[in-house]
Amino acid sequence: MISFDLRKRLASAAGEMLLDAALEVPQGECIALYGESGAGKTSLLRMLAGLMKPDAGRIASGGRVWYDSSRRIWLPPQQRGLGFVFQDYALFPHLTVRQNLEFALHPKHNAALTAELLEAAGLEALQHRKPGTLSGGQQQRAALARALAQQPRILLLDEPLSALDAETRSALQGYLLDFQRKWGMTVILVSHDPAEIQRLASRVVELRQGRIVRQASPAALFQPPEKQPAAGLSAEVVSVREEGSTRFVTLRLAGQQLILELGAEEARRMLGAAE
Amino acid sequence: MDLAPLLLSFQLALATTALLLAFSLPLAWWLAYTRSRLKPVIEALVGLPLVLPPTVLGFYFLVLFSPASGIGLWLDQHLGLRLIFSFGGLVAVSLLYSLPFMVHPLQAGLGSLPPSLKEAAYVLGKSPLTTLFRVLLPNMKGPLLTGIVLTFAHTVGEFGVVLMIGGSIPGRTRVASIAIYEEVEAMNYASAHAYSLILLGLSFSILLAVYTVNGGYFKRFWS
Repeated sequence: MISFDLRKRLASAAGEMLLDAALEVPQGECIALYGESGAGKTSLLRMLAGLMKPDAGRIASGGRVWYDSSRRIWLPPQQRGLGFVFQDYALFPHLTVRQNLEFALHPKHNAALTAELLEAAGLEALQHRKPGTLSGGQQQRAALARALAQQPRILLLDEPLSALDAETRSALQGYLLDFQRKWGMTVILVSHDPAEIQRLASRVVELRQGRIVRQASPAALFQPPEKQPAAGLSAEVVSVREEGSTRFVTLRLAGQQLILELGAEEARRMLGAAE
Repeated sequence: MDLAPLLLSFQLALATTALLLAFSLPLAWWLAYTRSRLKPVIEALVGLPLVLPPTVLGFYFLVLFSPASGIGLWLDQHLGLRLIFSFGGLVAVSLLYSLPFMVHPLQAGLGSLPPSLKEAAYVLGKSPLTTLFRVLLPNMKGPLLTGIVLTFAHTVGEFGVVLMIGGSIPGRTRVASIAIYEEVEAMNYASAHAYSLILLGLSFSILLAVYTVNGGYFKRFWS
């Protein structure tokens, strides 16, 4: 588990902002930090990892104090033993995928873990390639595998799956979930994507202007009950196109575009109801 | 033709390059990552030899380290170190004179790497030293090579500062550039020609090799 209570003055695009957030995450939970860009999500993650120094506050994890401004305690990132997946992957360009993992491996861990991680990430065939020759999705898998190679108790992910197509993203989310359950890892991820959050996280923490404004389950946060009609779905009419007696109605439903082909009478009934 | 001056030039350049590489790595690291207010001051000091006439550097070095000064006398009496008219003195003044040629490429190289590389290594539990040698330097071979070659070439090309600090003692401080000057003064054009041609050919070959290896990397530092 990890708990923190941090304050940090940040320079953002909209001027100076005070990040002031406290949270407790039990071991094995996966939470998502959600909010507009500039809300302080990445800064929070970097402070937990020891890559950015807070102005004041406290971080403790598993009975150890990582940071305490009143007692002048500050553990460098090397001593925190957590995993971090960077937004730009941060794979070492001069090492192959396998060497990247081996670099991360704790000396007392056996080499079997490397093989297991490579296999689970589907990187066996690519293990002797340099990161520069891989696609974005493959690099992301390698970055995740490298972070897992340390067998961290806590894994931090900074918008790790944002640049991927839906299929790759889904496969990676499954990969992450497998290891999270297997090792009982605590996972804190920064994400903009409601679908991803619903798949991975059991709790969403929403940040606005450096403060935690809401904490809820993903289902509660992304589908507020008052906006749900009786049928359980709501859609927005984007356009209606007439071709003879047929109407093509374009709807936006859950972020997707849907085109319905309707008879004139049907269309009138449906759109009339919508108005 | 006496080969001693050429040999001495290369010994001086080799010693200067090796020592300067060791000194410049921590300095370039500090300059690349610090947020200290002292940074511009240190940067200005490091860059001074680029704009200062070598004679100014030589003059102050002479004033500071001649046995007539306090520091020079102390070094001489307690450490037996005499930095004026000696090879050791040439190395010492060359370290100052070529400092920016090593520090600037290294600093630029470190600065151009994504910060996340260093951070990723730290999070993986690696010390700054391990990170430097196993992650950062292997990914900046271009700047590293540039620093080494520029320092070496620049030291071979020293003249004014060597003349002021070293004079022209055959086999000890009479490097190739000084030898050429003296041969010309003595109207031994054939000798001067031989030394000059060797230096010209060698310098050209070194630069050509680096350009070829680096693919135009040098432009940033010459222009």
